[in-house]
Amino acid sequence: MIINHPLLGPRDAQEFTYLGDATLINRPDWQSDNAAQAFHDYLYLRDNPAGEHRELWFHEQGDRSWLVVTRNTVTHEILSVEMARDVAKAAAAERSAQ
Amino acid sequence: MTRNNRLKGGLINRDTSLNFTFDGNSYSGFEGDTLASALLANGVRLMGRSFKYHRPRGPLTAGSEEPNALVELRSGGRQEPNTRATVAELYDGLDAKSQNRWPSLERDVMAINDRFSNFLTAGFYYKTFMWPKAFWEKLYEPIIRKAAGLGSLTGEDDPDLYDKGFLHCDLLVIGAGPAGLAAALTAGRAGAQVILADEDFHLGGRLIAETGALTDISGADWVTQAQAELASMDNVRLMPRTTVFGAYDHGIYGAVERNADHLAVPTEGKPRQTVWRIYSKRALVATGAIERPIAFENNDRPGIMLAGAVRAYANRWAATPAQSVVVFANNDDAHQTARDLMAQGIKVPAIVDTRADAPDVEGTEVLKGAEIINTSGRLGLTSVQVQLAEGYTRDLYCEALAMSGGWNPNLGLTCHQRGRPIWNADIHAFVPGDGLPVGQIVAGAANGEMTTDAALKSGAAAAVSALDDLGIPATQAELPTAKDAPVSLSPFWHVKGAKRAWLDYQNDVTVKDVKLAHQENFISVEHLKRYTTLGMATDQGKTSNIGALAVMAELTGKSIPETGSTIFRPPYTPVSMGALAGRAVGRDFHPTRLTPSHKWAEEQDAVFVEVGNWMRAQWFPRKGEIHWRQSVDREVLQTRSSVGVCDVTTLGKIDVQGANAAAFLNKIYANGFAKLPVGKVRYGLMLREDGVAYDDGTAARLAEDHFVVTTTTANAVLVYRNMEFVRQCLCPEMDVQLISTTEAWAQYAVAGPNSRKLLQKIVDPEFDLSNEVFPFMACGEITVCGGLRARLFRISFSGELAYEIAVPTRYGDALMRKLMEAGEEFDAVPYGTEALGVMRIEKGHAAGNELNGTTSALNLGLGRMVSTKKDCIGNVLSRREGMNTPDALALVGLKPVDAKDAVPAGGHLMNKDGPIDAAHDQGYVTSAAYSPILNSSIGLGFVKGGFDRKGEHLRLVNPLEGQEVLVEIVSAHFVDPEGEKLRA
Amino acid sequence: MRYSALKLIKEAVTGHKGWTPQWRDPEPAQAYDYVIVGGGGHGLATAYYLAKEFGAARIAVLEKGWIGGGNVGRNTTIIRSNYLLDGNEPFYEFSLKLWENLEQDFNYNAMVSQRGILNLIHSDAQRDAARRRGNAMILNGSDAELLDTEGVRAMYPFLNFNDARFPIKGGLLHRRGGTVRHDAVAWGYARGADMRGVDIIQNCEVTGFRIENGKVLGVETSRGFIGAKKVGVSVAGSSSRVMEKAGMRLPIETHVLQAFVSEGLKPFIPGVITYGAGHFYCSQSDKGGLVFGGDLDMYNSYAQRGNLPVVEDVIEGGISLIPALGRARLLRSWGGIMDMSMDGSPFIDKTHIDGLYFNGGWCYGGFKATPASGYCFAHLLKTDRPHDTATAYRLDRFMTGHMIDEKGQGAQPNLH
Repeated sequence: MIINHPLLGPRDAQEFTYLGDATLINRPDWQSDNAAQAFHDYLYLRDNPAGEHRELWFHEQGDRSWLVVTRNTVTHEILSVEMARDVAKAAAAERSAQ
Repeated sequence: MTRNNRLKGGLINRDTSLNFTFDGNSYSGFEGDTLASALLANGVRLMGRSFKYHRPRGPLTAGSEEPNALVELRSGGRQEPNTRATVAELYDGLDAKSQNRWPSLERDVMAINDRFSNFLTAGFYYKTFMWPKAFWEKLYEPIIRKAAGLGSLTGEDDPDLYDKGFLHCDLLVIGAGPAGLAAALTAGRAGAQVILADEDFHLGGRLIAETGALTDISGADWVTQAQAELASMDNVRLMPRTTVFGAYDHGIYGAVERNADHLAVPTEGKPRQTVWRIYSKRALVATGAIERPIAFENNDRPGIMLAGAVRAYANRWAATPAQSVVVFANNDDAHQTARDLMAQGIKVPAIVDTRADAPDVEGTEVLKGAEIINTSGRLGLTSVQVQLAEGYTRDLYCEALAMSGGWNPNLGLTCHQRGRPIWNADIHAFVPGDGLPVGQIVAGAANGEMTTDAALKSGAAAAVSALDDLGIPATQAELPTAKDAPVSLSPFWHVKGAKRAWLDYQNDVTVKDVKLAHQENFISVEHLKRYTTLGMATDQGKTSNIGALAVMAELTGKSIPETGSTIFRPPYTPVSMGALAGRAVGRDFHPTRLTPSHKWAEEQDAVFVEVGNWMRAQWFPRKGEIHWRQSVDREVLQTRSSVGVCDVTTLGKIDVQGANAAAFLNKIYANGFAKLPVGKVRYGLMLREDGVAYDDGTAARLAEDHFVVTTTTANAVLVYRNMEFVRQCLCPEMDVQLISTTEAWAQYAVAGPNSRKLLQKIVDPEFDLSNEVFPFMACGEITVCGGLRARLFRISFSGELAYEIAVPTRYGDALMRKLMEAGEEFDAVPYGTEALGVMRIEKGHAAGNELNGTTSALNLGLGRMVSTKKDCIGNVLSRREGMNTPDALALVGLKPVDAKDAVPAGGHLMNKDGPIDAAHDQGYVTSAAYSPILNSSIGLGFVKGGFDRKGEHLRLVNPLEGQEVLVEIVSAHFVDPEGEKLRA
Repeated sequence: MRYSALKLIKEAVTGHKGWTPQWRDPEPAQAYDYVIVGGGGHGLATAYYLAKEFGAARIAVLEKGWIGGGNVGRNTTIIRSNYLLDGNEPFYEFSLKLWENLEQDFNYNAMVSQRGILNLIHSDAQRDAARRRGNAMILNGSDAELLDTEGVRAMYPFLNFNDARFPIKGGLLHRRGGTVRHDAVAWGYARGADMRGVDIIQNCEVTGFRIENGKVLGVETSRGFIGAKKVGVSVAGSSSRVMEKAGMRLPIETHVLQAFVSEGLKPFIPGVITYGAGHFYCSQSDKGGLVFGGDLDMYNSYAQRGNLPVVEDVIEGGISLIPALGRARLLRSWGGIMDMSMDGSPFIDKTHIDGLYFNGGWCYGGFKATPASGYCFAHLLKTDRPHDTATAYRLDRFMTGHMIDEKGQGAQPNLH
C-alpha cells in the first residue's frame, strides 16, 4: 500500500506502524461519572467496519507523524490522509465549543 | 533411443551447441533451447511422472503453465525441485533428473497406484485409514507421505545470492507479445516511463511461435525491430526473464527477474534472482492466452501435447515431439499446427476435429465430427483410436498428438485482488471482469482479443488510454498488419463415456473424479477443488480448471458461469523462496546494532548476547575462568565491593523539551512529575491505557523545560511511539517536543562503593560530586576529561552507590577506556548483562521478566505510585475489580530453604501441602540468579496475595525438568533493603 | 452411510455408484429450535455436538456462501494445546483430546497427525518463558519437553546452526501437537451433523435479527425469515458485521492474515517448527507442500488478501531459519480475515439479548479450537451455562478487568 503523507507525499505503507481506529484520539474525561464505562468503550469496543475506516498510522521510519488515514477495509483504497494532530486539535476545539 | 527430431529454422543459435544430461544420459542442444525443446529434439518425450498415479508424462505445453515436465535441476545445495523443463533455459553443462519415481523414470514401482486407481478416487482417504486408530500415524500416513510430494530438496544450504530492488514507472507492461510490444512502443515513443516485463527469455510471445502472425514481415523480425527500438529509449526498461507474479495494492507489482538461471552458476558476487517491487501508475496486463486440453481416455501419454505448444516447438525451437503427429481439436487454430508441421516434412496422418463442419486442410485428412476415444503407448504415444462421425472407429499410428480445446485468456494477475472473471460466450472462455486492481488494464488475448491484429491494436489503444489518464499525450504506434480472422470454435470439453480422462494432469484429477464430487455434493467450485485437489498443483490449474467447471456444469445442468469461476492467487507462477527473502537472511536477517564501546569489549574477550537487534556484552571472562558463573560472580562481587562499569547505551533515551514538558510527563507516567525539581531524577512507571505496567525507567529534569527520559532497551521504540501518540493525538495543545536520542548518547553505569572516587578522576574539577551537592537521584550536565560535555545521573540499578554517565556517542569508546584506566587503582571491572541481572534481582528491581505485559503496578508492589490525583494513561482502567482482588499476584523474593537448591525461573509455585496441579497454582518464578553475596540461588516471582505471605514455605515445581524445591517467600529486596548503600 | 475400507473396496469394484451426498442441501424450514449462523468449522461443530452430545433437534446451520469457506478452509492446519494461562489451557487441552478421538467419532478421516510442535528458543528470557509455559501445560494435563540446542539439532539438523543472527538455544516441544487436513474437518462435521438431521443451508446470508422485547425470535436471511428459539453466531472475521445487526459493538477488529504453501516436495519437515526470532512457522502437508505463515498484515481488512511486505517478512524468517528452503518455491499465498480480540482470547458467551449467543474472537488460533469451541458453544446453547473449560470467555471481561492476555500485548488486537 501507499500512503500519501500530507507533508512528505506518497510513501510505502511499510514505513508506517499501524495502531487502529482513529477514535483512539477521543480519549474520555477521567473525571466523568461514567469514566470506567467510557474508558472501557473507548479502549475495547470497535465499529470494525467493512468499508470506510478512519485509522491511525505512525510514520515510524519517517518523520514520526501520526496520521489519520481514511481507508476502505474491503478494497484497501485510501480516501484521505490527515495529520492526526490536526484532527485531534479540531476534535478538542469541537469539544470545548459544546 | 535418441532420435533426431530437430527441424529447420527456428530461433536457436546452431553455432552454439550446448551439452547437458537428463537422468545421467548425455544430450546436446543449442543456445535458445529450453530443456524441453532440447529433449524433444533428441527424441525424448518421457520427462516426468504424475503426482498420484505416477503415470508417465511428457510436456503438455511450451510455457510456464506446464503441469507434467517437472524436473530436479542442478544438484547439491543448488538442486531445484519441480523445475518446468518447458521454461528452463538450456545452458552448457545443465544437469537434470526426473523426479517422483523409483528406481527410474521408465520403471517406477509406484506406478502400481495406477492399477489401483479405482480405489484411489477423489477423496478416498477421507473414508478409510481410520482403524485401528493408532495405524494412521504409524502406518498409513508415513506411506502416504513418502509417496506424495514431487521433487526433493537436498537439505543443503542454498549457496546463491538473491537481491531486491524497487522500480517506479508510469506504465508497467506485463507480457511482450503483440499487445505488450504495441503498448510499450506507443508509451515509449510518448516519453512515458515504461517497464516491459516478460517471463520468457525471448520477447515476442506468440509472434515468435507462429509462422504467419504478421502479413508483411515475420513475427520474429518485427519483434527484433521493436526490441531494438525499445532498447534505445532511455525511458523504457526491458525486462526479459522477469515474471510479474503478483498484483498488490495501489499499483504495486511483485516481479522476479531470473538474472542467472540461464548460467551454470551465477557470476561471482551477483544474484541468482532479484525480486522487484514495481510501483506503477498504470499496469497493462498483456499476458496472452493459455490453450486448453480436451479430456478423453488416456489423454495424458507422453507425446500428447497442446497444439499451440507443438507449433511453438516446431516454429521457434525447430523441434518436433515426433515424426508423425495427429491433431485433435474443436477449432481452426489447431489446423495451423498441421500445416506448420507438414511444411517441415512431419507426417500428419489426420486432423480429428469434433466439428462436423470443420474446414478442410490441404495435405491431410480432416476427420470431421470425430473424437479420439483412446490412446496407446505406455511410455510414449504409439497410436490413437478415433471414433468417426459415421460410427466406426479407426486407429491412427502417431507418436504425438496435438490437441486443442480452444484458448483461455491468461487471467492470473487480474484476479489477485479477488476480481471475478466473467464469461464471454463468443470465445467460450472467461475474460477479466469487474474488480480489477486499481490502475490495471488488460489488452490482447488476455482480454479475449484472440487475433494478432486485435492484440496489436488493443495493446496500442490501451497504452494511449492509460497515458491519457496520466496526462501524457500519446498516439498509437504504427503497427505491422496482421490479417488473422477470429478463430471459429465449437465448445468441446470432454469425450463422453471415457473411463479415465485427465483434467488436471499433475494431480491426476479425471472427469470421473468430478462426477464423484458431484455425486457427493461437492458441487461448489471451491468444494470441487478441495475435494478432488483440482487446480492445487504447481500450475494452479491453468490448463485444468475450466475443463472441470465445464464437466460440473454438465452434471448440474447449469451453464459454466452459473456453475462458478475460479480465481487465481499470487504468485502467478511459483517463485523461489530464496528470492523473496533476498539479502535479509543468515547474519543479515536483522540489522546488528553495536554500542560505541563494542570494539573495546571485543578486545576484553567479552561474550556477547543478542538483545533485540543489539549485541551486548554478557560477561567478560578472565584468564583461568572456565565457567561463566566464575566470571559473573567475580563481576558482581567486585562491583559490590569496589566499582564496576557497565555499558547501558542500549537503554532508550528520549529528549523531552517544551514549556509543557512536565505536564506531558505527568500524563505518560503513572506517578507524578510536575513537581520534580531541576537537577533531579525520578523513577517512572508507565502504564498502558488498560492499566497494565509496560515500561519503567527514569526521567531527569535538566532544566525547567527539558527532561531526559530513559526506557528499557526492549521498549525504546514502543515508548517513543506511545509518547508521540500522546503528544500528537491526545495532547495536541501542549507545547512539547520529543526526539529519540538513543543513538546520540553513549551511556555507562558506574556502580559500587568506589564509583564516586572513580568518577571524580574524570569529571572536571569544577563539578562537585559529594553526597551533599550531588545526592542520590541528582542529575546534571557536566564536563569530563577536560571539557567534554556529558550528563551525569546518580541512579542505581544495582543498589550500590552508582551513577550513569552519558557522553556523545562518538566519545563512548574513549570514555569507556578512560573509565577503565582511571579505575585501575580500584581494580574496577567491566560487567556485562549477566552481572547486571544478578544485581538487579538481588535488589528486587523489576525488569522485562516481571513487566511481562500482564502485570499491574499493584502486582509489582508499586500500586501506590499510581496517582489518583491526576490524569495519566492507564489510571482509570487500572482500578477495575479484576485487577484489584485480594489474592492478586504480588512480586516477592524467593529463597530456597536448602541453599544448595536452585530456583528455576519459569517454575510454578504450589502450597507446601496439597495437590500439584493448575487449579492449585499459587504463582510462578519470573527471574532467578545465583547470588554470590548471599551464596544462594534466589528468585523473584509472583505469588497470589504474596505481600502478606512473607516467611511462608512453598513448593517450587518444575515438572518440565523434574524438579521440586522448597522455597521461602521473602522480601524482593535481598540486598540493602533500606537503601543505605545507594544513598551513601 | 458408514465409511470404511470395506465400503471403499465395495464401491471401487461396483463403479462408485453407491456414494451419496456427504450432506444434503435442504430448503430452510420455517423455524428451528437452534439456528447457528456461520457454516465454518466452529458453526458446523456446534451443530454436530448439539445434535450428538446434547440431544438437541431442529437445528439449522446458515452459511452465506459454501460451508467451510472461511478460516477452516484457509488456515495452516495446526492443532496444539500449548497455552500459558489458566483461562485458556484447559480449553485447548479439551480441544486436543477431542481431536485425538475425532475421526472415529465422526467417521471421517481428517488426517489428525500428532507430528509434534517445536517452539524454538533464542534467548535466556525465552527459555524462562518457555519453562513457565511448559510447566503450565503439564500442570493442566498437556505435554511439554524442554530441549537444548543439541536436542533441537537432533530433530532438525537442517536448521541454521551455523550463521544465525539469533542462534537457536533450545526449544519447547509439544509432541501431541500436530496438523489436521483442515477442509476435512468442516466436511466431517457437516456430514456428521447432516446424518443427525441438522439442516445445512448454504447460500443463505443472515441480513438481520428479529428481536422483540429483548428476545430474539429468529433471523432475516437472503432466503427469508427463519424462526429460532436460540440463535448462535459463529462467523469469525465477520463477527462485527453480523453482531452489528443486533446493535452490538464488539471488542474485536478484523485483520488479514496471509498463509502460504510451497510446491509439493518429498518429505523434508516432519513436524511443526515455530521460529522464535522471526515471524515464521512451518509444517509439511501429507501432499508434500510446505505450509507456512507468519504475522498479520497489521491493518484492519476484510479483503482476504494481503500485501508483499508481509510475504517477504515471513520468507526472510523462513530462509534465515532453514537456508535449504531457498531453492523451494512459493506456490500460493492467500489471506483469511481474523476476528482479532482485544486480549487475543475468544468469547463463548450469551449476549444481553435473550436467546442470542456469540462465539468469536478466535484471532488466528481458531482452527485448533474447532472441536472444543463447537462443544462448549453447544453446551452453552443447550444449558445456558458455560462449559467448565470455557468459563473465562466472557464478553464483559474487559469491563471487569479479567483479561486473558497470553502475549501480554494489551488492548491492541493486531499484536496478539
